[in-house]
Amino acid sequence: MSVRNARRNAWNVVGLAIFVVMVFPVFWMVSTAFKSDDQINSLTPTWFPLHPTLQHFRDALAKPYFWDDVKNSLIVVSVTVSIAMVLAFLAAVALSKYRFTGRKLFIVLVIGVQMLPGAGLIIPLYVVLARYHEVNALTGVILVYLTGALPFSVWTLRGFILGIPKELEEAAMVDGSTRFGAFARILLPLVAPGLVATSVFAFITSWNEYIFARVLLNDGAKQTITVWLSYFLGTSRETDWGALMAASTLTAIPVVVFFLLIQRRIAFGLTAGAVKG
Amino acid sequence: MASAAETAPRWSRRRFSWRRLGRGSVPYALVAPVVIVMGAILGYPLYSLVRIALDRYGLTELIQHKGVYIGLKNFGTVLHDSVFWHTLLRTIVFAGANVGLTMVIGTFIALLLVRISTWVRLLVTSGLVLVWSMPPVVAVQVWNWMINSENGVLNYILTEIHVGNYFQHNWMETPLSQLGMVTTLIVWGALPFVVITVYAALSQVPRELVEAAEIDGARSWRVFLDVTVPVITPVLLILTSLSILWDFGVFTQAYLLIGQPHITTGNYLMGIYLFEQGYVNANFGLGAAISILMLVIVAAMSVVYVRRMIRIGDVT
Repeated sequence: MSVRNARRNAWNVVGLAIFVVMVFPVFWMVSTAFKSDDQINSLTPTWFPLHPTLQHFRDALAKPYFWDDVKNSLIVVSVTVSIAMVLAFLAAVALSKYRFTGRKLFIVLVIGVQMLPGAGLIIPLYVVLARYHEVNALTGVILVYLTGALPFSVWTLRGFILGIPKELEEAAMVDGSTRFGAFARILLPLVAPGLVATSVFAFITSWNEYIFARVLLNDGAKQTITVWLSYFLGTSRETDWGALMAASTLTAIPVVVFFLLIQRRIAFGLTAGAVKG
Repeated sequence: MASAAETAPRWSRRRFSWRRLGRGSVPYALVAPVVIVMGAILGYPLYSLVRIALDRYGLTELIQHKGVYIGLKNFGTVLHDSVFWHTLLRTIVFAGANVGLTMVIGTFIALLLVRISTWVRLLVTSGLVLVWSMPPVVAVQVWNWMINSENGVLNYILTEIHVGNYFQHNWMETPLSQLGMVTTLIVWGALPFVVITVYAALSQVPRELVEAAEIDGARSWRVFLDVTVPVITPVLLILTSLSILWDFGVFTQAYLLIGQPHITTGNYLMGIYLFEQGYVNANFGLGAAISILMLVIVAAMSVVYVRRMIRIGDVT
């Protein structure tokens, strides 16, 4: 028994070491954001900001276009997610509740499209959108993000719908509900958590996207927050690391919050206990 | 299979009725919006991609919205350019290294998670989720700060733990070192997904099987090889093929960490090569040809993955 305990303790130490190494960059970002410039520029690092300052956050927020680009990101992401959810949900119902000719082809499309590397599509998308004067417009980016969000959302929602026991719907129909009534009163509320989880995932991928926004939006006031952050380093040798880390923290916060939200959603059994056995 | 088949409207060949026809068209109506949107935003550009690749298409043509047909000349230029072949080889080696490291370290951590106390496991998994949620551009900026040559914390730690003298070491000096740093960034970012997925697969290993094998006197590594490995192999295969595709098409991390001024033909990866040739130099025809070659390579590599996923989609 004691041998087993000793072995477990040894593994625990390895586990803690992995935790420290993995989390360190995130810790270092937040910690730097709150440090004074003297501590940041010193040759010996200060591990914890004992006298935290908010100056770097003020500097980051005062940079040109920060609020413009946050607003752009929010517009792009919310429009993309709302359209994607409605369209993807309909297609997911078709995939999980019906068998039809061409179903397999549709699945190939949905999965195959997700495999296309984004970099391979920048040239034609840029040229085509330039042809329709949609370069430097958020509409163009929204359309492009839809192609990313749709296939993935269809596939995930299909999984959530399949996770709902069909007995529930059948019971409603036996009780005199129409197919549509069963759908609206039984299926929809049960899929709601799945819809939330999927839309948060779509939110995160659109918020984090870089290459298309970089290519399709050239004007400082029309860019998204990730492109804004990527230009932060600038060309000067003297980088304001404190402000850069503060800006990075601000960019990451929405994603981290949403990610932690869905982690619980997904772990939560969706319809656990609704049907016995 | 049962659920979909039973709830699906049954086609009867005996009699024609409008009602049946109406019901049969429901799935098509449901799928139509997605198909139309994808066709318009993806199908049309893919068609244009082929057209542009066969054209001379520079800035003048971009303004006139019309290319000049030159046949397969762009492909000839690319395939006779040694930069293309070097970039292709470099990208394959780079992706291979990233995938290998991610899968080996990821599987190791997942196996470790099974063996540690609950509180450590919770700590490690929440740390992994935190890392998972870092936007790539943010991670790049943090890396820039950690590895900067003047007072980066990486050089400080490496010197303090006596790995060597890394005082003001410049990690951006050689292409090998640059891409090495990109690899650390990518592996760090990819580990959470791999670890959590493999760990989930490991918890599917039936306890009774392990216990039965142990009662039969099997040694622990035999149990591992004969019971655990077969259960997690499908998951490892899917993760590996996904990682290959992602790492082959990497752009953001490499482009931003190496930094535009330091991008040279000596550290090109496929994504960056295409971006520089096609977009930055405004030679869209040539860029389109490179895109097509890249897409063909990726399509060939993804066949295994797509086929497996289709089987999953078809059964349920």
